[in-house]
Amino acid sequence: MRITQGTFSFLPELTDAQIRKQLEYSLANGWALAIEYTDDPHPRNTYWEMFGMPMFDIRDAAGIMGEIASCRKIFPRHYIKVNAFDATRGRESLRLSFLVNRPPQEPGFALVREEGPGRAVRYTTRAYACDRPEGERY
Amino acid sequence: MNAVTETSPSAESEDSAPAPLDLEAAYRASQVGQVLDSLERDLVGLAPVKQRIRDIAALLLIDKLRGTLGLSAGAPALHMSFTGNPGTGKTTVAMRMAEILHRLGYVRKGHLVAVTRDDLVGQYIGHTAPKTREVLKRAMGGVLFIDEAYYLYRPENERDYGQEAIEILLQVMENQREDLVVIFAGYKQRMDTFFHSNPGLSSRVAHHIDFPDYSSDELLAIAHLMLEQMHYRLSADADAALRAYIELRRDQPHFANARSIRNALDRARLRQASRLFERRGTPITREDLETIETADIRASRVFAEEGAHEH
Repeated sequence: MRITQGTFSFLPELTDAQIRKQLEYSLANGWALAIEYTDDPHPRNTYWEMFGMPMFDIRDAAGIMGEIASCRKIFPRHYIKVNAFDATRGRESLRLSFLVNRPPQEPGFALVREEGPGRAVRYTTRAYACDRPEGERY
Repeated sequence: MNAVTETSPSAESEDSAPAPLDLEAAYRASQVGQVLDSLERDLVGLAPVKQRIRDIAALLLIDKLRGTLGLSAGAPALHMSFTGNPGTGKTTVAMRMAEILHRLGYVRKGHLVAVTRDDLVGQYIGHTAPKTREVLKRAMGGVLFIDEAYYLYRPENERDYGQEAIEILLQVMENQREDLVVIFAGYKQRMDTFFHSNPGLSSRVAHHIDFPDYSSDELLAIAHLMLEQMHYRLSADADAALRAYIELRRDQPHFANARSIRNALDRARLRQASRLFERRGTPITREDLETIETADIRASRVFAEEGAHEH
């Protein structure tokens, strides 16, 4: 099951040239870029690991493309996303966030039913990938 | 110029003979002429440097024109080394260089990141590589200016981390030529030893530009230019005093060309301010505020020392 998270996730995978254009757009707007990765695909997993420092003083996308490349090299089978942070006063939040890498096989989610009091049933999802410990999931 | 473009219809000439390329139009479109002009205007002297920059600009423009015909010669190596005594304008020229390269499309953003050894080399094992990469990342799309580059290499300490920084630099200089241009700067002799002991680096630096020292006349012209920018002017006597000052200062140790002149002017401003402050209570005119008098310059330590030597 292909996970759809962040901007552009319903489109085909972005090529490096397209990623670069998005980065250029973000830089032109003065947004700071950061790279995050995880191997826990649950949609409620908001806190991914950050790869290196947020890049506040970069002028050109080449530097960030280099960081993405080295992150992919270290975590070829992880989800990797790029966040563009807008530091404008009053905004101070993400403006853009999109995936730049995903594992080749995504097993998807199981539906978990929990019996509650009476005949109530609570539903939740659990990623098959999370059966295995962190770092061995994909 | 409109007539020229109209009389060379491109559609017809494609069948028969190739259309003559309009170098003039390409030159104007790149707007590099403005930068070269302002270089000529704002920088006094430095004739050989200006000539080299004009040569490089011409080469890049011709290269672009050749590119439009498919005569690609690959991205030219643009890494440079600026050698010269302190205060000869290396940093200033590097900034202009970044602008020229940007206008010609050889660097995408055209900003200048000026660093020294401290910014590249770390203090502990494993500290250097991330630090250097961070700087390189920042310089991508622009020009990386490494001032006093010879400090990167310390032959007396073979475990010095500078070598690591040099290796990373080399790698990026070779593989990401289209992403950034590196300019090494420093004193001539020490840079020569530096390149001599790092042949890999030397062979990747295409342009070695030497900055000559300024003559006294040029230094005086620089002083006038600086004063003009600061909205000051010299009284007639002060002009002569400044000339005498320059002559004396040149022969003293630690003379740093234009930088020494800037410092001298800053001190003259200081003295002018306290001179005006002393006579508070009397009305002060606009002319008083913008004029530097002989006394402001004559009070310098340089003249005092000259007197001391005579005795």
